[in-house]
Amino acid sequence: MLPRPDRSGVYVHIPFCAARCDYCDFATWTDRGHLVDAYVDACARDLRQRDLAPVDTVFFGGGTPSLLAASQLTSILDVIPRASDAEVTVECNPDSVDVEKLRAYAAAGVNRLSFGVQSMRPHVLVALGRTHDPDNVARAVDAARAAGIDRYNVDLIYGTPGETVDDWAATLDAALALDPGHVSAYALTVEAGTPLGKAVSAGERAAPDDDDQAEKYELADDCLTATGRPWYEVSNWARPGEECRHNLLYWRGGDYTAVGCAGHGHTAGRRWWNVRTPERYVEAITTGRSAEAGEETLDPRARVAEATMLGLRTAAGIKLPVSGADPLRVDACLADLSAAGLLECGGDRAVLTRRGRLLGNEVATRLMAALDRPTVRAGTR
Amino acid sequence: MPGLEQFRNFSIVAHVDHGKSTLADRILELTGAVDPREMRAQYLDSMDLERERGITIKAQNVRLRWADHVLHLIDTPGHVDFGYEVSRSLAACEGALLLVDASQGIEAQTLANCYLALEHDLTIVAALNKIDLPAAEPDRVAGEIEHVLGIPADEILRISAKTGAGVSELLDALVARIPPPKGDADAPLQALIFDSVYDAYRGVVSSVRVFNGTLGSGARLRYVQAKATHDAEEIGVRLPANTPVAALGPGEVGYLIAGIKDVGQARVGETVTTAAQPGEALEGYRDPKPMVFCGLYPVDGDEYAELREALEKLRLNDSSFTYEPETSGALGFGFRCGFLGLLHMEIVRERLEREYDLSLVATAPNVEYQLELVDGSIEIVDNPSAMPTPNEIANIEEPYVTVTVLTPTEYIGPIMELCQQRRGEMARMEYLSEERVELVYQLPLAEIVMDFFDQLKSRTRGYASLDYEPAGYRASKLSKVDVLLNNVPVDAFSTIVHRDKAYDYGRRMTEKLRELIPRQLFDVPIQAAVGGRIIARETVKAKRKDVIAKCYGGDVTRKRKLLERQKEGKKRMKQIGRVEVPQEAFVAALTLDD
Repeated sequence: MLPRPDRSGVYVHIPFCAARCDYCDFATWTDRGHLVDAYVDACARDLRQRDLAPVDTVFFGGGTPSLLAASQLTSILDVIPRASDAEVTVECNPDSVDVEKLRAYAAAGVNRLSFGVQSMRPHVLVALGRTHDPDNVARAVDAARAAGIDRYNVDLIYGTPGETVDDWAATLDAALALDPGHVSAYALTVEAGTPLGKAVSAGERAAPDDDDQAEKYELADDCLTATGRPWYEVSNWARPGEECRHNLLYWRGGDYTAVGCAGHGHTAGRRWWNVRTPERYVEAITTGRSAEAGEETLDPRARVAEATMLGLRTAAGIKLPVSGADPLRVDACLADLSAAGLLECGGDRAVLTRRGRLLGNEVATRLMAALDRPTVRAGTR
Repeated sequence: MPGLEQFRNFSIVAHVDHGKSTLADRILELTGAVDPREMRAQYLDSMDLERERGITIKAQNVRLRWADHVLHLIDTPGHVDFGYEVSRSLAACEGALLLVDASQGIEAQTLANCYLALEHDLTIVAALNKIDLPAAEPDRVAGEIEHVLGIPADEILRISAKTGAGVSELLDALVARIPPPKGDADAPLQALIFDSVYDAYRGVVSSVRVFNGTLGSGARLRYVQAKATHDAEEIGVRLPANTPVAALGPGEVGYLIAGIKDVGQARVGETVTTAAQPGEALEGYRDPKPMVFCGLYPVDGDEYAELREALEKLRLNDSSFTYEPETSGALGFGFRCGFLGLLHMEIVRERLEREYDLSLVATAPNVEYQLELVDGSIEIVDNPSAMPTPNEIANIEEPYVTVTVLTPTEYIGPIMELCQQRRGEMARMEYLSEERVELVYQLPLAEIVMDFFDQLKSRTRGYASLDYEPAGYRASKLSKVDVLLNNVPVDAFSTIVHRDKAYDYGRRMTEKLRELIPRQLFDVPIQAAVGGRIIARETVKAKRKDVIAKCYGGDVTRKRKLLERQKEGKKRMKQIGRVEVPQEAFVAALTLDD
């Protein structure tokens, strides 16, 4: 059973990093240290102006939020009205945390950390363009415990060219030795425009192999399930009760407000996003303007497509029957997908099987096609 | 009105790029037919395709005045596919101007057309073009022409169509050497149609040459081969603008409009006479006979009706291709089309796509086979997928052609190797000069339609030229190779090849398809089979992973759009059995390469 749905959350984007990883396509910069103070002030001002009702979850993502001084981060957190049991997560680079910083976080209300570990094998970290020393991870986890933050996630990446199955098994073992309540494991994805993407398209580096990634996914799923952390989203595993409530908001179509450059919000049926660079964000907020760069109001069809795509990613699956769809077409599609071993339909829900999780795009696109109402051509009969 | 002795009718026989259109432009200028301000390059090539490819597809004609004489220049199509059209254009003339690039020498097709002109008793006036180029070797080329055609080298003119040098002397020579036409103005009318085009406003406009009698405006005309009667609405000459005249007499060339809506009713080679006093049909008429066939299918199945309409319209303009509906399990509804040759096929396809805005898939070209079945019956097969099973067939015959290749001697080896690979038998080899040689082979037409031109060009760095003519049918050991996708035969990929090549073809096709077919939810075997026996096999392994790794708050819109694009992509897939095949895979698989 997943935690009961929350009502709302806040996402704070911290776009600063000490170094850029080769695969990263997030909005983040390594040369904007001079902007940090102004940026932190702008985030706080943005939040104060919004006058939010108390939220259930807060998530500091990046970039590297832990690169900020503790006082900078807590100055933002302090102006976010929160429910008494709110989940507050900060993404951390194991290199940039110590007990003192984490104690200050905890005092301000941070109760969950997410460590970017990626791999425990040095040659894989080099291939990813990461700088941290695997030993720092254990030190960071010890610091979290010493600071009284016992909910933490480790982020892992598998399927990097050059990583063997044994390398991946070793990474999983080392990660589990840290006793995390939550593990995120992502297949390395080559994004256009990143150093990795450019190297792959230039033929200088190998692209990840789908079959290798499938094998490693299954290994991770076996290992994490066996140690009491079943999957609850395609790339996320947790002990029951340790699921990330903030991320569940995303997958359940909940409301969240975004603060900071390049942040995406979803409130009152509207998806919106902020300007991409920290400079423009600071400028918009300090001159009293909105930082929104674009928005999308979803029509009912897009809303169904979205709910299908997101719901399928979770262990709760999608609810049946889907309203507004042609039941015959949907049933036929569900039957095909079940027969192919991709989907399990039980009661009023359909959930991906493990094979179905790996082939999630195939399942989602087929279901989305079945959910489309047949187009009626103008002028026929 | 000028008398018969004042007329001179001639064609220009030349290879692509030897400067025929440029020379025609110079002649139009020199004779004052076109105002220099209205001059444009390749004046007589009216179709975009002709200008782009530098070829002439439709015969044109123009009436010129030179030194008290009236010249009719008939511009002919220069390609082997249009050999019959060339023969009709030549039949309308008393002379031919042989134009040869002084730096390249005579080419195979030019030579073939020259022989054709000699068969029609035409007087040949030879000229070397591009003498202004540093690479020109007029003495060598003149010697070559003397050797192969018996035209004395000292009678061969030397010109530059580009600069205009020697062009007026050339016109003088045409007047002096080509005999005037003969004919009897009082005899029953005999006029030859040597080209017809369809005009949306006027209907069919035919180019005609009158041999005997008088073609008068308003006359009731009899089209002998079409067995139809039409009224002559307008008769005229091209100056080059269409200019109506009251009548055309013997020896004259012009155009005829008779309210006809379909060029099939006014075919090249047709004889026009009067209903009142019918004359005999002129010799040499022949129905166009398709040699090369392929299936044409709309990429988008919804465009079938548009394709049919486009074919109907295009046929008004080109009666030499054929089409009939066919259904392919793989490609859906389409048409099996027949063409005079490969270039003709390409032109028709390109015109359909360009002029009618269609996107088409063409199956691999094939020839027509004559089958004798075990029950003694005879069957003609122009579609490999319609080939009966081997145990029903007693004997298969395939069309052969006599291929003539002219080449610099250094490429003899590669050409012989190519012809051998293509099941060729050498008929003869003759040196035209020390540097150039003529090779004559008997080859199955099916081997030519594969990619023979491209191979010949690439093996001889473009220096060899080719001509071929039909040489009857011969029994061959042929096999149909079927391709099965997940155990379902895919008709569009069936091909007929020589038995010795079946294995190689099957292997290449299955390998290619393995690369082109996306992974499915299950293993997909791709097999090549001859008569139920598997000769090659590949497998597209089942897809194991396609899921997006990350989907958080900032990714939702982007990922939804990605999935929607993938969903739309799925809708465009062709379903073959349980296998989804993208349209592009068909296009790529059917694109021949080596």
